[in-house]
Amino acid sequence: MKTVIEGSHAMSEGVKLSRVQVVSGYPITPQTHIIEEIAAFCSDGRMEATFIPVESEHSAMAAIIGAASTGVRAFTATSSHGLALMHELLHWASAARLPLVMGEVNRALGPGWNIWTDQTDSLAQRDTGWLQLYCEDGQEALDTTIFAYRLAELVNLPVMVIMDAFFISHTFEPVSIPSQETVDRFLPPLEPRIALDTDNPFALFQMVPPAFYMEMRESIQRGMDQALAIYDQVEDEFEAEFGRRYGLIETIGCEDADIILVTSGSATSTARQARMELEARGEQMGILKMKTFRPFPVQTVQRALSGAKKVAVLDRNFSFGAGGIFAQEIKSVLQPLKNAPVVFNYIAGLGGRDITTETIISLYEQTKERQAPESAWDWVGLNPYDHQPS
Amino acid sequence: MGKPALKEVIPESHPHPLEDLVRMDRIPHIWCSGCGTGSIFTACLTAMKNTGIDYNDFAMVSGIGCSGRGAGYINIDSFHTTHGRAIPFATGIKMAKPETNVIVFSGDGDLFAIGGNHFIHAARRNMDITVICVNNFIYGMTGGQAAATTPHNARSSTTMGGNPESPFNLPLLAYAAGATYVARWTMLHSRDLTDSIEEAINHKGFSFIEALSPCPINYGRRNKEKPLDSLKLYHDRTIIKNNADPGELAIDFRKKVILGKFVDVEKPCHDEEYGRMYLGETNE
Repeated sequence: MKTVIEGSHAMSEGVKLSRVQVVSGYPITPQTHIIEEIAAFCSDGRMEATFIPVESEHSAMAAIIGAASTGVRAFTATSSHGLALMHELLHWASAARLPLVMGEVNRALGPGWNIWTDQTDSLAQRDTGWLQLYCEDGQEALDTTIFAYRLAELVNLPVMVIMDAFFISHTFEPVSIPSQETVDRFLPPLEPRIALDTDNPFALFQMVPPAFYMEMRESIQRGMDQALAIYDQVEDEFEAEFGRRYGLIETIGCEDADIILVTSGSATSTARQARMELEARGEQMGILKMKTFRPFPVQTVQRALSGAKKVAVLDRNFSFGAGGIFAQEIKSVLQPLKNAPVVFNYIAGLGGRDITTETIISLYEQTKERQAPESAWDWVGLNPYDHQPS
Repeated sequence: MGKPALKEVIPESHPHPLEDLVRMDRIPHIWCSGCGTGSIFTACLTAMKNTGIDYNDFAMVSGIGCSGRGAGYINIDSFHTTHGRAIPFATGIKMAKPETNVIVFSGDGDLFAIGGNHFIHAARRNMDITVICVNNFIYGMTGGQAAATTPHNARSSTTMGGNPESPFNLPLLAYAAGATYVARWTMLHSRDLTDSIEEAINHKGFSFIEALSPCPINYGRRNKEKPLDSLKLYHDRTIIKNNADPGELAIDFRKKVILGKFVDVEKPCHDEEYGRMYLGETNE
C-alpha cells in the first residue's frame, strides 16, 4: 500500500524506521519539514529519540558528531547556506569515521537570495569525505535514507542523502512505507566501532603528526573503495526485503544509444518523459542517472558510456572557471577510454529555473546536430539581455 | 500563512509620511496580518527621520528572517546579509566608514541563536551601531520552530510537547556583554519605541533595543494567542520601569513584563579608541 506524502516527510519516515536515537535540527527552507516531522515523532512517542533544536547548522553537525561518538545512530538535515556553514565539521565527521547520515535538500546559494533548487551546495562539499547519494523522488529519498545507514555503518563513513528543493522536498507523491519489521531485518541495531566507554576511556580527535596523517587520509579512501565494492551486495539485501533497487547509477536504454544524457535528481524524471517523446519520433536517447557521486563509480560509468558517440551532461550546478561539476568528472573518467564519446556540457535549471521535457529534447537535438561542442559548456535558456556584450 | 497586506492606492495629494524612506515598488510587504514587524519598522524609519540626519549617512543591515526583509524595503544603502551575520557586516561598514550611522534591523533567531556570538562581541567592543531586535519568540519565516527566545513550555513546531528550554533575557545579556544603551519596548508602545530608537541612533556606542512583536501565525496559533490577545498582554501585563535591574527583566507574561530604558552610559566606542591608538586621531 502506498501513502501520499511529501518528499521531506518520506525522508523523516526513513529516519524513524532506521531507529535513529539522536537528531539535531536547525530551520532552513526548504529542509525544515524534515526535522519538524522528526521533532513531532519525538514529541508524541512515535520515535524513541532525542531531538536537539540547536542554535545553528554548525552546532547541528557538532551535536551529532558528539552523539555518534558515544555509539548511537544520529541524523540531521540541512540545505544550502546551512550546509556551507557546516563545512568545517563535514571534514571532521568523515575523518572521525562516524557513520552519520544527513539529509540535504539542494538549494541555491546567495546572494541573490534564492530558495529554489540548485546542486552547487552539495557538490561544493565533494571533497569532504562524505558519500553522496542523489535521489529522484520521495520513494527514493525514503529508501536511500535507510540504505545510507546500512552503508555508513559498514564502512564507517558519513553519507549525505540528497534531494531537490521543492520538486522533491515539497511534492506529495505516493510512497510505499516499509514495515518496521522489514527495516529491522535489513538494518540491525548499530554495533559501533567507535563509542566512548567510561570503563575504557580514550581520547578522541588528538593531534596527529605528519608521520601518521597521510595514512589516516588513505584509510578514508579505502572506506570509499569498500563502499563501491559492497554496494551491489547491500542493494541485493535491500531488494530482498523491499523489492526495489536503484544501482550506483541507473542506465535507461544506453546499450545501443549513440547519444546518452547524464542527469541527476528530479530532472531525471523529466528526461524519462523526454526520452519517451523522442522514441515516439524514432529517436533514441539513452539516460544515465547519477545516483552515487561520492564515491564516484568510475568503472560503472565508463562501461555505461563506452559505447556512445556523444554524451550530453546536464548540470544543475556550476563551478566558476571550470564548468558543470558532473561534466568535469565524467570527462575525467572517459579520458582513458579508446574512442571515448564526445562530452557536451549543458548548464540548466540553476536557482530553480524549470527544466522541461522541451528543454531536454532541444538539448538532444543540439547534441545530435553538432559534431563537437561549440564551447566548453553551454548556458541553456539565458535571458536575452545576458547575451549582449558588456 | 496569513494574507499579505493589501496594496492600497495612495493619492498623490496625501503621500505616505515615510514614502521618501521606503522602496514603494516593493510594497506590499511580506509580513502577515497581525504581525508587529511593520509597526517596529515604521518606528525605526520615523526615528531615523526625526534625527534630522541626512539619509545618505545611514546604512541598514539585516540578517535572515521576517524582520530581515526590512533592509529590502528601506530606500537607503541596505544589506540583506546571511543568517546571523548582520552584526559582523555592520562592523565592517562602521570601521570602513566611521561617519556612517549603521542600524542593524533583525530578529531574535538571527541575532541571538545563529549570530549570538557576534552580538556579545560587538557589545563588548562598544561598536557604535544601533541594533534593533524584533523579538517574536519564534523562527517565524521557516514556520515556527523553537528559538533561543521561545518561552519555557511554549509550543512550537519543534517542541510540540512544550519547550523544555528557557529563553534569554536579552537586556541582561546586552548589559553583561557591555552594551552602553539598552532598552525594551513592544510594538504597541510605538511612541516610546520611536523616541527610544532616535535616542539610540544619537547614542555614541553600542545600542540595543528589544521590540516585542506578536507572530500570530507561527507562535500564536500553537499557543492559543490571537493577535488581539498579544496586544492586550502588551497593554495590561507590562510596566515601564526605567533603570530596572537587568536581572529582573526575564519575560513571563503571567507576571508583569518590564519595559523601559535600562542602560545609558558613556564609554569610548571602538572606532574612536582604534583611531586614537592606531590612526593618531584625537577625540573631539
